[in-house]
Amino acid sequence: MKDVIKRFTETFGPSGYEEKIREVIINEIKDYADYSVDKLGNLIVRKEGKGKKIMFAAHMDEIGLMVTHIDDKGFLRFTNIGGLFPTNLVNQRVIFSNGLVGVIGEEPRKDFREVSPIDKLFIDIGMPNKKEAEKKIRIGEVGVFYRGFDDLGNRFISKALDDRIGCVVLAEVIKKIKNPLNDLYFVFTVQEELGLRGARTSAFGIDPDYAIAIDVTGTGDIPESPKIPMELGKGTCIKVKDYGMISSRYVREKLIEIAERKKIPYQLEILLMGTTDAAVIQLNKEGVPSGVLSVPTRYVHSPSELADYSDVQATIDLLLAFAQEKLD
Amino acid sequence: MFINELSNINGVSGNEDEVRKFIIDKLKKLVDKFEIDSMGNLYAFKKGKKSGKKIMLAAHMDEVGFMVTGIEQSGDIRFRPVGGIEPLTCLSKRVIIGKNKISGVIGVKATHLNTIEEEKSVPKFESLRIDAGFSSKEEASSKVNLGDYIAFDTEYYEENGICTGKGFDDRAGCSILMDIAGMDFPYDTYLTFTVQEEVGLRGARIAGNRVFPDICIVVEGTGAGDFPSKRDIGSYPSLGSGPVITLLDRSLIVQKKLVDFLLNVAKDNRIPYQFKRPNIGATDAGRIHISKTGVPSMVLAVPVRYIHSPCCIMLKRDYNNTLKLIEKGIERIEEVI
Repeated sequence: MKDVIKRFTETFGPSGYEEKIREVIINEIKDYADYSVDKLGNLIVRKEGKGKKIMFAAHMDEIGLMVTHIDDKGFLRFTNIGGLFPTNLVNQRVIFSNGLVGVIGEEPRKDFREVSPIDKLFIDIGMPNKKEAEKKIRIGEVGVFYRGFDDLGNRFISKALDDRIGCVVLAEVIKKIKNPLNDLYFVFTVQEELGLRGARTSAFGIDPDYAIAIDVTGTGDIPESPKIPMELGKGTCIKVKDYGMISSRYVREKLIEIAERKKIPYQLEILLMGTTDAAVIQLNKEGVPSGVLSVPTRYVHSPSELADYSDVQATIDLLLAFAQEKLD
Repeated sequence: MFINELSNINGVSGNEDEVRKFIIDKLKKLVDKFEIDSMGNLYAFKKGKKSGKKIMLAAHMDEVGFMVTGIEQSGDIRFRPVGGIEPLTCLSKRVIIGKNKISGVIGVKATHLNTIEEEKSVPKFESLRIDAGFSSKEEASSKVNLGDYIAFDTEYYEENGICTGKGFDDRAGCSILMDIAGMDFPYDTYLTFTVQEEVGLRGARIAGNRVFPDICIVVEGTGAGDFPSKRDIGSYPSLGSGPVITLLDRSLIVQKKLVDFLLNVAKDNRIPYQFKRPNIGATDAGRIHISKTGVPSMVLAVPVRYIHSPCCIMLKRDYNNTLKLIEKGIERIEEVI
């Protein structure tokens, strides 16, 4: 599993530009199932069965940035693609789709305690002037954090765990399911970070009976953190609610029941901010009972997100069990 | 170019009837069929050389304006904006109210009567009134009703290729769609004139589902911001620099292959172009591209200074270049469909 996590997280793919990560995922699963790519770029993998139609969704896209301006000295100005926090940006390295690397600099601050907003930041690609910079890059080029995967033993650090770790979970479940009981659609969605856009259109096309999104969630286990119940190493998180949805009770209770029965470690999740693809899938057409399994993750939307292998394993185990469960 | 007539018609969001009537009248000999949906979106259908795939071109008919929200004992009219308008742009401007086309002015006290605090501040809509010359509530109520639409009273004027008028956002787009209606389309095409864009892309939401095309081009009049700035951190579109291509806004990220397509069409035809400043604003494409199972969508716009104000400025040159880019793009749309 570690090598899959490394491959998935280190691959380039900000929202709207998911081509490369989609290729990597296709290579991972193509020997195990049929797949198709829809008009917005969602990767839809099917394992046909006779039972209920279930949609599992994890988003391929990661947060990133887009170049908006090249100044006379060759510095790039940029805007966010998805939720970039200014505190996570200064002096970080970024990489563009063409392999160009740069570092985010900031205009000098009057007060060192201040946090520079994004319009005071720029990217330095080491070019002496605009003319030279324009040979390397143009306005509209997109980039992501340039940080590799690090294995810490039981835990690991990488960029883009949100939500490549969900993609890893789906890929592992696809590999493990031999005789699907239910009619399973594994969707690697696009543009989640821009407003759950790929989930909306893929759910419309699939029209599932049930849906589960797999994503990361915040934790309350770092020094002085607010009282959030989720912790690393305590199992997969079965979502109760977040900012965008209250998970459907049937799905939630089924997940809890299976986890208890199979002794899969789990915790309940209540997240105050943020939401997942499940929020729009739940409201697809006439409604889809939907839930979420989350991998508890620290430092979400930063270049160095940290999670625990055992939680990923628990998420895989529970999703696999749910996929093979007879549903009402 | 129909921008002259279109600009002079009043069609604040939800009240697009006159615009729609005008478009139908001008296009009826050019297209195969009209449809109007429950929200008031107008679809002008044109059979293409080939069937099996569908092209959608969309522009919104509505403009920003106001609505009557109350009448004072004095006969002055209370009002609120429909769509996004800065109060600053409205002060002392003439407006037209309701079906009776009553003239009025958004009144501001003469400078002599202002307190020092008043001089320093911009009034909010709550405190502004329209003065239409009524001397009592009774008199006003006989001519003006709650809910009446109010539009800027601006006559179109053009000189040396410089166009001024109201509502270029998005009558410029409507005019381009009308100009293009005569061409031979490679595939079946829906020229779609939407309603209520300015109040939240509402018409487009159902229009996208109804047409559900294989590709969509939204045509806009977008804000030019070519004003002097000290900081070298980026620029807004400017007049004279050609059609504005969207990369990313609050509602849409355009697929790379579509951006590259537009750039190729522009380069091959020597049409100037510029990019819209990313991550600002939203258009009907934001709704249309997430219709049903998804619609690859792009946005092209004519740069217009002072949009959402009583007086916009646009260059005919930019309009013609935008028209040309769309026309040339449609001719080779099979590259991306």
